[in-house]
This record gives sequence, C-alpha cells and structure tokens, in this order.
Amino acid sequence: MSWQPRAELSVIRERARVYRQIRTFFNTRGCLEVDTPLLMPTTNTDVNIASSEVVCGERRLYLQTSPEFAMKRLLAAASGSIFQIGHAFREGERGRLHNPEFSLLEWYRVGYDYRQLMDEMELLITSLSLRQCDFSRISYTALFGKTLNFDIDEITLEELRDECATLVPGSEPTEFNFNQCLDLLLGMVIAPTMRGYQFVYDYPVSQAALARVSAQDAGVAERFELFFDGVELANGFSELTDAAQQRARFEADNRAREQCGLPCHAIDEELLAALRAGLEDCAGVALGLDRLLMVLLDLDSIDQVLTFRD
Amino acid sequence: MAGYSTNEFRGGLKIMIDGDPCSIIENEFVKPGKGQAFNRVKIRNLKTGRVLDKTFKSGESVDAADVIDTEMQYLYSDGEFWHFMDPESYEQQAADANAVGDAHLWLKAQDHCEVTLYNGSPIGVTPPNFVELDITDTDPGLKGDTAQGGTKPATLETGAVVKVPLFLEIGERVRVDTRSGEYMSRVKK
Repeated sequence: MSWQPRAELSVIRERARVYRQIRTFFNTRGCLEVDTPLLMPTTNTDVNIASSEVVCGERRLYLQTSPEFAMKRLLAAASGSIFQIGHAFREGERGRLHNPEFSLLEWYRVGYDYRQLMDEMELLITSLSLRQCDFSRISYTALFGKTLNFDIDEITLEELRDECATLVPGSEPTEFNFNQCLDLLLGMVIAPTMRGYQFVYDYPVSQAALARVSAQDAGVAERFELFFDGVELANGFSELTDAAQQRARFEADNRAREQCGLPCHAIDEELLAALRAGLEDCAGVALGLDRLLMVLLDLDSIDQVLTFRD
Repeated sequence: MAGYSTNEFRGGLKIMIDGDPCSIIENEFVKPGKGQAFNRVKIRNLKTGRVLDKTFKSGESVDAADVIDTEMQYLYSDGEFWHFMDPESYEQQAADANAVGDAHLWLKAQDHCEVTLYNGSPIGVTPPNFVELDITDTDPGLKGDTAQGGTKPATLETGAVVKVPLFLEIGERVRVDTRSGEYMSRVKK
C-alpha cells in the first residue's frame, strides 16, 4: 500500500503554475471565474458519455460530465463571459489518456463564434507554455481527405466499413454505424499521424453535440477540437442557443440510448427554460487540464499527472 | 462459458478469439471525448504463438478461454510426447511437440516448468527463465584463458547449443537465460 502521491512534486507545482496563469489570463481579459455544482439531478444525454450516479440520502444525483449546462444557465442570467476550473466525471473511461475523474477548464465567450474562440485558445496555450507555439487548422472533411484520400460527404457506409477493415486490421466493422467508423479511423489511423497543435473544425452535423449548425453549410456544425500530436485536448462550439433544437437533440440522444440498451436520462428542463429565456450568441470550449499538463511536461500517461488515483 | 467485458481487459487475461485461446498482451483504450470508445488489444494465440491486433467496441463481451498456467515437474520424453507431473496431485500430462515447441531444449528431468492447459490439455510449455545445465560436448578449453572475449559453441545435456567462453570444458555446468538462449555464467557443482 503506497500512501504517497502518484505525481512527482514537480508536476504538482506545474499544475499550480498553470492554474495561476489561467486565472491571470482570464481575469485580465474580463472573464468571470465561476463555480458550479458537481452533483446535479440531471445529466448529459450523449450516447457515448456515461454518468456516475451518487446516492445522497433520499435523492439520486449525477456527478457532472462537464459544467456545461450549469454554466449556460449563468450565461442566460446575463453573467457575461465566464470560466471555470474544476473536475468532471465520465464513468468507465480509463486508459493511458483517460481517468474517470479528470480536470477541465471550461470557458464561454459572449458574442464570440467558434473561430474567435480558437484564436483565444491559441493565445491561452501560448501564454501557458511560455514559448511560441505553432497552430494549424484543418476542417474535419479535409483532414480525412488529406490523410485517407476519400470524401466523407461522398463515401457510402459500406465503403467506409471496407476502409475500416483495411486500415484497422482486427476490427470487425460490419455493424458499425457511420460515426463509429469515423471515430475508429480518426482515433486509430489519423490521430497517430497528426503533429503539433492542430485545430480540427466543422464537424459533420451528425456529430454536432451542442454546437450550432453552420449558416453557410447545413451539413456541418460549428464545432472544433484541438489536438497536440494527435492527443485530443479540447472541444468547443458556437453554442446552440435555440431551446426547441436543443430539446430535439436531447430527445434524439435518448432514442439512440434506447436503441443501444442504455438508460435514458431525464432532460434538463432548467437548461431548456434558460435557453427559452434567452441565451446570447456565444462560444464555449472545454480543455482537458490533465492532458494539457502531459503535453507541457512531455509525459505520456495521465497517471503521471494525477495527484492521487482511486 | 463465462465472458469478459472490455472494461475487464488487462495483460494476461485469457480469451477466445476466432475459436482459439488467446492471451492479452496489451490493452489500449481509445475514445474521443464525444464519440465511440474502442479497446485495441494485442493478443497472442496460445496455440500458434502468433501475435495479432484486435479492436473491440468498448462494452462488448468476449468468451473467457478455459486456460490455466500450472507449475509442473518434467519427467521424461518418449520421443513422441513429453510427460509432466503436477507435484501436488501427482496427476500426469503428456504434451506433444506442438505444445512443447522450443521449450524441450531447456527441459531436464525433475526440473519444474510452467505448463499451459487449455480445456485440461497442454498447449504450451514455458521453461524457467534461467536453467543450469551440463556441457556434454565442446572444443577443448584453453587453460587460463579467462580474460579473452572469444566464444565457442557448446552442446548441453538437453541438446541445446549455446555460445560459451573459450575456457569452459565438457562436464562443466552453466547457467543459461532460456528467453534469449544466452550463456550467463559458470556454475560450481
């Protein structure tokens, strides 16, 4: 039995430095630091995200998978731009880059769209890493086209499954749906070829999550992710502010959950009421702080940056 | 047959893949923040020894393989089979050349080794990492030549041929790493 911290003291000090710098960055840029609960009565309906349930006396509450819904309620209450550093929980996610409890920086910018938020992300990462960083940007469709030589807007599901079988030996993609095939190829074939800080933007609308659909192209959502050497660091959106569309997405999530035999989740009516009251156009992003520390310190396992582990 | 979910995957777990018993060497969890999770595993087919990659959607289940590694004592070979005995139950097992593989090069009667049983029958034999065996044949030794670097082939009592320093002679005992087949040191009898 070892009582000692898992992370080296130098890592613990680096985390403190990064958190201090994040607070300075946002305080000087007019962003308000907020604190929202980890335990809430409703949770994320995303079919690929599992929530942990906690029994609190008579009630069953959920450990939040991100502070998104609560922070949007603050935005609807005219908070202005806000940021939060905290923990989030995703059940069953454990591996070299995953731990069920992890640290997030999430921030929202009123009046920004996702491109302006990518610009600010570049400034933040540069200020945290204490040196000049190079960033590149590529659309999701162009990334697949450049790396795998096919057009995701043209390819059929059958052809896509064939690509998976060829490019990922030992996968049995015969029953994968379109997005599962894309996730497999991005995670196992494309990500290992990605170098440096790279934004991937304009995700297929079927992977919109909580992003606004592009006004220019109904086939894509205003969503981006930031990668470093193929490791996913952040996910951001021009936020969906329409309550009716948001409800439709929650309901679609629950139908998908039902099909997979997963429990459906009650819809967060308080979030929908906040959207109906009015959420200004804004963009928001969540940045994984454990993985960012791994990148800044050139470490290859999340275990090396977690202070303690369950 | 019992099964394992991907979240129970770990190195050493024995599972059935395409009808053959396999052992997991490495398990990697790959998941985008918002997207399908996968487990990519490197596995060894315990019958053929081949290593292959396999990818599962996380949450899928696979059958467990009825495979156990058990320590047994090597008794003798009758030319066709190698015979082993469980030192506790005295139960005997006969393994064919396929199951024994290269392990026969390091098996000396009475020595202990690990026998892998699949559905109760041997499919693999793993010798100890280090064995001590007598030299039965080698060129004459050069007396006093303990410093020079040269080596020569020496045949051991089990039939294995290893490179040994020039000064070693027939009848001497050596310690060998069975994983690399390399000479480690001379052993005083």
